[in-house]
Amino acid sequence: MDILRFIAAGSVDDGKSTLIGRLLYDSKSVLMDQLESISKPRNPKLNSANGEEINLAFLTDGLRAEREQGITIDVAYKYFSTPKRKFIIADTPGHFEFTRNMVTGASNSDLAIILIDARHGMSEQTKRHSIIASILNIPHLVICINKMDLVNYSEKVFSDIVEDYKKFASKLNIKFIYFIPISALLGDNIVERSFRIQWYSGRSLLEHLEEVCVEPAHHLDSRFPVQWIISSHNGGPDNYTGYTGKIISGVFKKGDKILISNPFGTNGDSFKSSSIKSIEIFGSEVEEAFAPMSVVMHLHEKVDIHRGDLFVKASGEESLPVVNNNFEAIICWMDAKPLRQNNNYLLQHNSRIVECRVEKIVHKIDVNTLDELINPDQINLNDICRVRVQTASSLIYDPYPKNKANGNFILIDKESNTTAGAGMIC
Amino acid sequence: FREVAGQFKRPALLFSGGKDSITLIRLAEKAFRPGKFPFPLVHIDTGHNFPETIQFRDKLASELGEKLIIRYVEDTIKQKGLIDPKGRNASRNSLQTFTLLDTIEEFKFDVCIGGARRDEEKARAKERVFSIRDTLGQWNPHLQRPELWNIYNGRINDGENVRVFPISNWTELDVWQYIKQEKIEIPDIYFAQYRDCILRNNKLLAFSDFVKIYNDDKIVNRKIRFRTIGDMTCTAAIESDAETIDDIINELKNTRLSERGETRLDDYISDAAMEDRKVAGYF
Ligand SMILES: Nc1nc2c(ncn2[C@@H]2O[C@H](COP(=O)(O)OP(=O)(O)O)[C@@H](O)[C@H]2O)c(=O)[nH]1
Repeated sequence: MDILRFIAAGSVDDGKSTLIGRLLYDSKSVLMDQLESISKPRNPKLNSANGEEINLAFLTDGLRAEREQGITIDVAYKYFSTPKRKFIIADTPGHFEFTRNMVTGASNSDLAIILIDARHGMSEQTKRHSIIASILNIPHLVICINKMDLVNYSEKVFSDIVEDYKKFASKLNIKFIYFIPISALLGDNIVERSFRIQWYSGRSLLEHLEEVCVEPAHHLDSRFPVQWIISSHNGGPDNYTGYTGKIISGVFKKGDKILISNPFGTNGDSFKSSSIKSIEIFGSEVEEAFAPMSVVMHLHEKVDIHRGDLFVKASGEESLPVVNNNFEAIICWMDAKPLRQNNNYLLQHNSRIVECRVEKIVHKIDVNTLDELINPDQINLNDICRVRVQTASSLIYDPYPKNKANGNFILIDKESNTTAGAGMIC
Repeated sequence: FREVAGQFKRPALLFSGGKDSITLIRLAEKAFRPGKFPFPLVHIDTGHNFPETIQFRDKLASELGEKLIIRYVEDTIKQKGLIDPKGRNASRNSLQTFTLLDTIEEFKFDVCIGGARRDEEKARAKERVFSIRDTLGQWNPHLQRPELWNIYNGRINDGENVRVFPISNWTELDVWQYIKQEKIEIPDIYFAQYRDCILRNNKLLAFSDFVKIYNDDKIVNRKIRFRTIGDMTCTAAIESDAETIDDIINELKNTRLSERGETRLDDYISDAAMEDRKVAGYF
């Protein structure tokens, strides 16, 4: 069954816990024994359809250790399903400083829900969350205007907020934006369309989550990074060489002419060529395979291939990735140790790790306004910026807006080994 | 799995004989066949396992042709002079941690792959797929890294090691649907049958030599199955008619009780206690 991954964002008290609780509860994903532990009186209450009072805020409680130690990297994952789809929610805390959590959750999301309190309209956070979703190229945004019960389900309140939002969103890079008037607390337009909001003729939130169309990665140019090589050296049969990995985009067929990246080649020989002899999945041969399948590939022509190398298709219709050791990228900084110009890091791109230097911090991006701040001296935790990166050997990438899967990377601190930055190649 | 193989020197797969680790085995086969697994299977044996689990473990390991390492909690208790918990519903779950950490040390494993899932309990909801442990084998929140896109950062300093949870994003239902799809063989105790069991506090326990019977316990014969198969002393059975995988899937779709809530006797413990175990390296 297909899976939709989404993130939910909103300022504190806009009703995110209530909304998530409502989705889990109404889809019967909260189990009875878990419900029993929801009895803390200080938490918001949620009324179930038949009037019993339940409280679902416990679902978003942080871990004690994290709270005590001020740990801020925490995305909690929740699961529910309907007969149509499975859903994975990346739930990130709503506090304004937690850009890094939202970026983490957003990196694997197809959709973002942004909550707005109908009484207050758009807030600073609404803009920030929308901008982050736009930087991360999330294709679908759902703006839930919540607490409609507190504004008498007024159509005017809703349409004024929609107008405001549309004005702001014109500078964003989001393909699809959907607006829904809801009451998370009372369940209006969450699962069923609300009879109290007759003037609204669109989908309920759950209907939208079930129906929304996620563009599959196999429509993009074909990319296959090699993760592991099976040969007689590691238990494979004699004379066997199988390149294993996950197809991150596109389609590969038996017989396809392919090019294999050669990161140490000079301009003229960035790629070596070969062709696909066969594609195997768990011992059975298949004629073709597409993203996101994991496969073993066999080649006709023997070439020297290592973990981290990339297979691409050599057909005229598909474009080749960029081969470059100097490029610009948008970076979200995730480490308490600031990013400074000329610092060196390890850069991990798919299964490849190379040395790199952040040659220049071009500008910092104000995530509340998208304004660019030229020449900042340093970049701190939760900042987003545009940088120029120099790598020790060439990266074989696609620009992030064109192909997310082959356009992202992380920066690793060489001392602590922690993931210090998340990058999207421009 | 392929990232673990590519990034680490000495991986191990923690195998318990339960459905989650059986699922891991199939995923490992998909990643590495027709080659060998680039790691041994490691079982930390509490000595209180269901006999079916042990038989199943040995059969599977030999069919796979992969190396199986077994280390016994019993031995750790003797070597370290630990106290074997006594009394009702006592379990060796917490002692398992010692044996696991010793085994990691003995073989210098830098990464252990496990079958934990985020939906199992609250303390796991925020667990990373690559979870970093400090030099004492403990989970330290400061070491945990954000995980973005499909990139897993397994770089560690000397002495640290990593736990990797490949099915962390799966639910219990996903596991069963996969077992069905892949036609994976699983131990009989997951299927309902009439079995002798002990009725205690409204929970049904497996009848075995390890479980001491108290005066107010009742021996009954019921149609039961096990939803999880940990230590026999702390795993409760459920009454069920599910004789096939399809039955189990239907049962799960309709249940209103969680896996942990329904089957663990030692889990009257709070979420906070679960968190303490996580910190200590229990999972
Ligand atoms: N009247 C009304 N109150 C709501 C609604 N949604 C949330 N609330 C209340 O708003 C408060 C904050 O909700 P909560 O879900 O904790 O917000 P969060 O901080 O965004 O997670 C609680 O008192 C909720 O009961 C709604 O649709 N209508």
